[in-house]
Amino acid sequence: LLPLSETEQQRYSELFSRCCPPPEAAAGGSSVGELFRASQLPPDTLHQITEVCGAKRVGYFGPAQFYIALKLIAAAQSGFPVRIESIKNELPLPRFMALKNDTEVRYGTPAEFHGVKFQVPHATLEKNSYKRTDEGDKQEPKSPPMSPICSPPASPSTYQRIPLSYGYGKARSGLEQQHGAPYEVRHSTHQQDGPSSGNYGAKSAPTCSTPNRSLSVEREQQDSSTQYSDDPWRITEEQRDYYINQFRSLQPDLNAFISGSVAKNFFTKSKLPIPELSHIWELSDVDCDGALTLAEFCAAFHLVVARKNGYQLPETLPETLLPEYLQAACLKPIHDCALFDSYSEPLPSSQQTRDFSRTEKSSAEEVPENSALLQDGKKDDKQALKVSTTLKSIPKEFQHLTVKAAAQEPNALRARPRSRSYSSTSIEDAMKKGEEPPTPPPRPQKSHSRASSLDLNKIFQQNTQAVRSGWLPPPPPALPPRPSVSQ
Amino acid sequence: TSHPCDLFCPQNYPLYIRSVPTENELKFHYTVHTSLDVVDEKISAMGKALVDQRELYLGLLYPTEDYKVYGYVTNSKVKFVMVVDSSNTALRDNEIRSMFRKLHNSYTDIMCNPFYNPGDRIHSRAFDTMVNSMMMQVC
Repeated sequence: LLPLSETEQQRYSELFSRCCPPPEAAAGGSSVGELFRASQLPPDTLHQITEVCGAKRVGYFGPAQFYIALKLIAAAQSGFPVRIESIKNELPLPRFMALKNDTEVRYGTPAEFHGVKFQVPHATLEKNSYKRTDEGDKQEPKSPPMSPICSPPASPSTYQRIPLSYGYGKARSGLEQQHGAPYEVRHSTHQQDGPSSGNYGAKSAPTCSTPNRSLSVEREQQDSSTQYSDDPWRITEEQRDYYINQFRSLQPDLNAFISGSVAKNFFTKSKLPIPELSHIWELSDVDCDGALTLAEFCAAFHLVVARKNGYQLPETLPETLLPEYLQAACLKPIHDCALFDSYSEPLPSSQQTRDFSRTEKSSAEEVPENSALLQDGKKDDKQALKVSTTLKSIPKEFQHLTVKAAAQEPNALRARPRSRSYSSTSIEDAMKKGEEPPTPPPRPQKSHSRASSLDLNKIFQQNTQAVRSGWLPPPPPALPPRPSVSQ
Repeated sequence: TSHPCDLFCPQNYPLYIRSVPTENELKFHYTVHTSLDVVDEKISAMGKALVDQRELYLGLLYPTEDYKVYGYVTNSKVKFVMVVDSSNTALRDNEIRSMFRKLHNSYTDIMCNPFYNPGDRIHSRAFDTMVNSMMMQVC
């Protein structure tokens, strides 16, 4: 559909991955917004471009819409009208001011990342399908299942709304997208940082799609992805990792329970009405013991995220959220989970690089970045482009919790001003536990030990131990409770 | 045949009321409320420390010409009142007991929900489902 020269293809995919770090499938609204503004085109033109490229209609900036938008930006910058016909001309590359080199940009545009994160869930799917079907196939934009998330209450401005819906869009189950969004956004941000991030991004793109696909990784076929994406009650790997980290912030022992009162305080921050939270609890506390195991917690969290993103709560717990299912589905990623445990603390860049080298552990990489992003994101809330947060997948308050668990990120990452695309969520406001410290205190020594504890052998050994919840292997012994650095 | 099933908190205001079918509901509510007096009588007559489930079940509170009222009280003084149609002679005492036991178990599950405050009206869908199925079985 959209013929691109080689330079264009390269530049566009680079821009796209900047705005939509894998495994997202669609670009984050805020990153897209920033990028577009950097084109120095007037806002009206940008609005027009968003409309013409189809992103407004479909509600997200998938690869197709993004590329068309880039083409339109180039057209507009060359003086052509913002019409779909313009993209057929020979155009130079779109120019974006204030975009320094890629590395700097990555660091300097956390906002984008945040936005991107949102898309993760659906982005992942879209990206996958995009990759699979190759550029010509615009099936997603053509017939995106408009999940409720796609048409949430509009944000203040149309343009702003786009990012929101972008994140939530479609392909992957809307829920997952939303869930993954904040979570994944954070990941993306990290991924974007530095060359290792870049490598990760590039490398993980294909692999991310795989884990993001579904817990049942074996069903990686394209059609299965559709089914997967249609199921909002399926927890993606990123979401799962995020939930696990949140659990850990409440209860360091992944085999133990979270008591009812602790869970109540936690989920109350989501600002959902109490009756709904009560129902969510009822659904997820399968054994009715007044406490949540890791699997139950993940189910509950997933339901909260779903509800925040506009989904109606089911009458009964979906099969994909049953503890038995979750435990079974997570057996494979247990390694990742264990790694994530290590990752959840900020890792030094070198560590991250090393993590990146493990392609199949894409979610693992996301985890530490996730934490870092959370922290960064919190800082950026103020400056963040307040995108309507209807779709925001993971409530901000939860992010704050993760921040605490995340330990300090590398300072380089912190320096990135990151805008949270979902900052405007009411949940965020409510949940704001407090800003993360501008410069996290130096990582306790244990972070290094933890890095060293990323010994795969050790992790695999742990995997063989019986896991109470079956969700993960027993947490790696090297992971003592984190210091509440941000508390 | 109607089959109201009510739950009352220790202070005797209702936590849950369900009737099947729903006509004449007011009459049954009245019946149930008046039966609370009987429940209180039995409780005070039983003395304290009703930990035995056998004693939790209060049995037939009083029969009227149309229906029978059964009572059950938990050790936290939450009262369950059930009204069954007199024509429903197939309903035996142990069935009533098991119904109360189910109610009690479901109520306990509700109490495990940290978002439920004791004394609130019960809006649990699981509880509704259980009560509905129970009443359907009987009617």
